[in-house]
Amino acid sequence: MKPFTRLNGLVCPLDRANVDTDAIIPKQFLKSIKRSGFGPYLFDEWRYTNYGEPGMDCTNRPKNAGFVLNQARYQGASVLIARDNFGCGSSREHAPWAIEDYGFRVLIAPSFADIFFNNSYKNGLLPIVAPAETVDRLFKECEATEGYALDVDLEAQTVTTPTGFSFGFDITPHRKHCLLNGLDDIGLTLAHADEIRDFETRHKAAQPWLFSA
Amino acid sequence: MARTLYDKLWDSHVVRQEEDGTCLLYIDRHLVHEVTSPQAFEGLRLAGRRAWRSNSVVAVPDHNTPTNHWDRGIEDPISKTQVETLDANIKEFGSLIYFPFKHANQGIIHVIAPENGATLPGMTVVCGDSHTATHGAFGALAHGIGTSEVEHVLATQTLVQKKSKAMLVKVEGTLGVGVTAKDVALAIIGKIGTAGGTGYCIEFAGPVIRALSMEGRMTVCNLAIEAGARAGIIGVDDTTVAYLQGRTHAPQGAQWEAAVEYWKTLHSDEGATFDAVVELQAADIEPQVTWGTSPEQVLAVGGRVPNPANETDPVRRASYERALQYMGLTADMPITDIAIDKVFIGSCTNSRIEDMRAAAAVAKGRKVSPSVKLALVVPGSGIVKRQAEAEGLDKIFIEAGFEWREPGCSMCLAMNADRLSPGERCASTSNRNFEGRQGPGGRTHLVSPAMAAAAAIAGHFVDIRSVAN
Repeated sequence: MKPFTRLNGLVCPLDRANVDTDAIIPKQFLKSIKRSGFGPYLFDEWRYTNYGEPGMDCTNRPKNAGFVLNQARYQGASVLIARDNFGCGSSREHAPWAIEDYGFRVLIAPSFADIFFNNSYKNGLLPIVAPAETVDRLFKECEATEGYALDVDLEAQTVTTPTGFSFGFDITPHRKHCLLNGLDDIGLTLAHADEIRDFETRHKAAQPWLFSA
Repeated sequence: MARTLYDKLWDSHVVRQEEDGTCLLYIDRHLVHEVTSPQAFEGLRLAGRRAWRSNSVVAVPDHNTPTNHWDRGIEDPISKTQVETLDANIKEFGSLIYFPFKHANQGIIHVIAPENGATLPGMTVVCGDSHTATHGAFGALAHGIGTSEVEHVLATQTLVQKKSKAMLVKVEGTLGVGVTAKDVALAIIGKIGTAGGTGYCIEFAGPVIRALSMEGRMTVCNLAIEAGARAGIIGVDDTTVAYLQGRTHAPQGAQWEAAVEYWKTLHSDEGATFDAVVELQAADIEPQVTWGTSPEQVLAVGGRVPNPANETDPVRRASYERALQYMGLTADMPITDIAIDKVFIGSCTNSRIEDMRAAAAVAKGRKVSPSVKLALVVPGSGIVKRQAEAEGLDKIFIEAGFEWREPGCSMCLAMNADRLSPGERCASTSNRNFEGRQGPGGRTHLVSPAMAAAAAIAGHFVDIRSVAN
């Protein structure tokens, strides 16, 4: 996993609530057995006017000009802002894979769906929960200012706008440590393998039926 | 101290706890399907890791499998590769149960695990699938995980988790005739919203929940995720125990007795406190129909499509306008004026035997409206299919003009050939009415099995209570 420390990134505003993971990456792309290559199909049904198929070359596909990702001023964005309940629905990790592969590293919304929120951290993405009024302010400033970029500092847990307005965000120490250092959980967990085995022995003694073949 | 059911399930699985509250939670049952597992197995392979406890794994291909012409195999080559990849991964890493494509007991993972006794009270159950919440009906802590976590569970038999808050949803009274578990679940989502349960584990309780069959309870817990909650749970009672007795992987003999004794402690203690409590009255719950593109956009069948002009919140007004446009509906039109093109009866929400019976009871002796292009009935598993056929339900459906298919996820998410064409409108017993969910440009209205069957017959939504049996 790529470490995340600090980023000064162009902001793309996706002004919708309840953006679901079916919209983030439609089902036909879930047939892949790989983890990479989903970026060109991010928000496929909103971004293109024809039907996308896995493996399709997207360079010449007809684009929906009104969709934010297609607007010239948001090209190269690495911060996505959205409204409430971003990432709801299906647990597909293909959603954060597509977002990361496209080039986003930070997501800011008033709330995220649990599974998506959790999946994001596993892929070097930083989802930030901010008060609805703050997010609203970011939307207004972003739409009014071409080249609007945010400075996101994970160590300090702060987001700073071009005008110097700054707000903090919460993250658990465990997630922060993993993200700052680009660590994946499995290695960390296996350091406790003896504890898992001890637990398993006690659990099996108490509920042997859970272990029958 | 009085504990909630969630406290009991959580406490009995904590392997270790960090200072910030992050826990390693032991996982008893790992359900696996073909879509969210290939990258996880590949990760194990690349790291040279084995599965920690392969007999915790129950696996089945369900999302990509066709529901007809099984003799032709899987015609989509990409789908075929994904299913064959699962075959190979299970062969390499092992499992307790594996029903490959065309196996007599194959079906939707959330249908086959309970019906084979592989979901038991007191378990932690995970799957790379958000509808894992279904298994909470058994007093198990069950939730969806991402593919990185699938790999983590395969490698370590644990999950890194922080405890959620606890919400109690109590449904009081007695349901009216024609009102089902699906309507209860949709009414709850309508009340608390699709983010209402975010950060919570929801316990469903009250006389209405107690009176539901296990099938009905699975429908309610299945939809907990559509209210934003990763897990929905229901305390164990005699209904739970009776359902499990004699199932293939349920404990037998002396172990059965010991298990039942323990399972009977799996309920919230008197006086246990919850972080949030929501109450609904059964008398207020009518047959439900979603009108928009989020499950919270739901109304009683007697209602009218909302008018965005009446919404004061600008974000909500914009989402209503967008939903009406996508759904091709007019503000203030009666729900019962909405004509449909297709009907889908199936999915992990509503494809169990009770659902088949409810739909067949409506279809019996009637005909699908000529204006309906396709009415699909897709049983949840081979076992459900055989039971339905033994009861003659398949004949009822076929005579009425429905198609009786092979088991699988089918048109719930349209990864196989069963899908809506752009602009088509579907009465569906599934769980998500998102844009494009059942096919690009497709329009989904979520309803109960009986309401879907009634809509198939009428060609538009009707109040099931007005359909004489």
